[in-house]
Amino acid sequence: MNDLEYFFGEVKAVDNISFTVKKGEIFSFLGPNGAGKSTVINILTTLLPVQKGSVKIAGYDLKKEPEMVRESIGIVFQELTLDRDMTVREILEYHGRLYSMPKTARQERIDELLGLVELEGKRDVLTRHLSGGMKRRLEIARGLMTRPKVLFMDEPTIGLDPQTRIRIWDYVRDINRQGTTIFLTTHYMDEADQLSDRISIIDHGKIVVTGRSWELKNTLGEDLIYLETSDNWTASDLLKKLDSVKGVREKSKGLIIMVNVDGTYLLPEIMDKLRSGGIRISAVNLKKPSMDDVFVHYTGRELRDTGMEKGSTVSLRAGGR
Amino acid sequence: MHTGFLTIYWRDMLRFIRFRTLLFASLVQPALWLAFFGIAMSNNFERLTATMPAAPGVRTVGYLTFIGAGVIAMTTLFTSLFAGTVLLFDKNWGLMRETLSSPLPRIHIIIGIGLSAMTKSFIQAGVIMGFGLLLGVQFFEGYTPAQTFFSLLGIMLFIGTFSLGFLFLSAAIAITMESPEGMQAVITLLTMPFFFTSNALYPVNSFPPVLRALSTVNPLTHLVSGIRYFAIGSDFSSIGLRYTYTREEVLVSFLALLAFAGIMFLIARWRFTKVTVT
Repeated sequence: MNDLEYFFGEVKAVDNISFTVKKGEIFSFLGPNGAGKSTVINILTTLLPVQKGSVKIAGYDLKKEPEMVRESIGIVFQELTLDRDMTVREILEYHGRLYSMPKTARQERIDELLGLVELEGKRDVLTRHLSGGMKRRLEIARGLMTRPKVLFMDEPTIGLDPQTRIRIWDYVRDINRQGTTIFLTTHYMDEADQLSDRISIIDHGKIVVTGRSWELKNTLGEDLIYLETSDNWTASDLLKKLDSVKGVREKSKGLIIMVNVDGTYLLPEIMDKLRSGGIRISAVNLKKPSMDDVFVHYTGRELRDTGMEKGSTVSLRAGGR
Repeated sequence: MHTGFLTIYWRDMLRFIRFRTLLFASLVQPALWLAFFGIAMSNNFERLTATMPAAPGVRTVGYLTFIGAGVIAMTTLFTSLFAGTVLLFDKNWGLMRETLSSPLPRIHIIIGIGLSAMTKSFIQAGVIMGFGLLLGVQFFEGYTPAQTFFSLLGIMLFIGTFSLGFLFLSAAIAITMESPEGMQAVITLLTMPFFFTSNALYPVNSFPPVLRALSTVNPLTHLVSGIRYFAIGSDFSSIGLRYTYTREEVLVSFLALLAFAGIMFLIARWRFTKVTVT
């Protein structure tokens, strides 16, 4: 996909995005709500027209052969899109018929998929009587009904409890192992981290960075040290001079120091340095970089809906970029 | 031939049969119209027109028979106009995304829903006719079985074309509108003029010129004329007036309905190509 842009009227929702998903991989778009993830998925699944740029999916040009693209993809939408008044079997049956699957193929596939997502017992139950997790599993089964080459999943575990999420992740891995390429969007760090082969962090309609989870984490250094001191400003200046310090980022109360070496051994050195500079340390923490840290590092702020006040968001962004 | 529209048809009929209360109401309601309104008005009209001399040599039918055709037509109008609402709900609840992102050509959605609206209209018309005959509606009187069969066929042709036309209109509105309340309001607004400028409940002969002109272009008038021609005959009198329908007039009525359905189809197709559902 190349130079994709999309406008809602005057508003640019997607800004010059280019990326390639390799065959057989799980690729994630990680970003806050409103970053443009769903817009990209809607374009890729032909629900929105390509305004600018070019896209190729499963070897077909999205602009020229949208029908062929539709034949080769499966979709799990963000919101539930199940008819409450149809049974589990009917939902799958309807989907198979939409894609002109022959009758025997439909029946075989329905049996197979209900087994995969463990809904055999719910075959003739109206979807209104299913739990949230079951509905999600049914939607995944539906997305797989036509044996798509690429499965698109928009926020596959949104609003589900932790156990159900882990179960859904297992299904996704299973499906992927059987050869389906998976493109998913999420705003859950752990989901992107644990599930995907590669991640693109997307924000304000742009891809900020792309890479494997460990690659992204490594760009932040070996360890992260969090310090609260009596004078964060001077401390920051002092530490930036150290060779083993890769960067310093200011938080509302303390500092995050990215270090190139094993933090366990560097920490005493840092403490000595600050003490000799007349700075008192009130709190210390040492940890490995997580996906959250990667996200904050690249977007300059925490996920919007985890709630951070506006003022600090702005100043942090200025520092982070 | 791509038979995708059958999938849409299958789903819509599935839902129609599944909701027992809705199914029951949609079948009983028109019958009640005939029973209450028909019988009440019938007695009034019989009294008012009792003194008028019957046209000699012409069969006279009661008011109940007269509006029997009107009630069938009215029910078809309401059913078809409301049948598009399912598209609005599908759109608002995100159900349509699945269909729109599938390889199914969009035109099949319109055709599928159209066919199911037509089927529903046939079922309803059947129920009204059956119930009407019980109440004393004099349809198909003196017809041979073959004549009755062909008359039924003619009625179905008229009802089918008419219901498709209004379903297409309804689909075009549904896909354009955002809220069910808005759609409800528009449809209620639409049914009024169609209903009251037609010959469904009363003769249009004594309308003022403007209303008469309206009634002539009103598809409902053409449907009612068609049903009366096939069910009662080409020459009869009721509530003191004589009605004659020539074959040519009935053919023109049918062509008018065809033209209406054609135009509405084009409008619906145009609205469907415009729509983006995300």
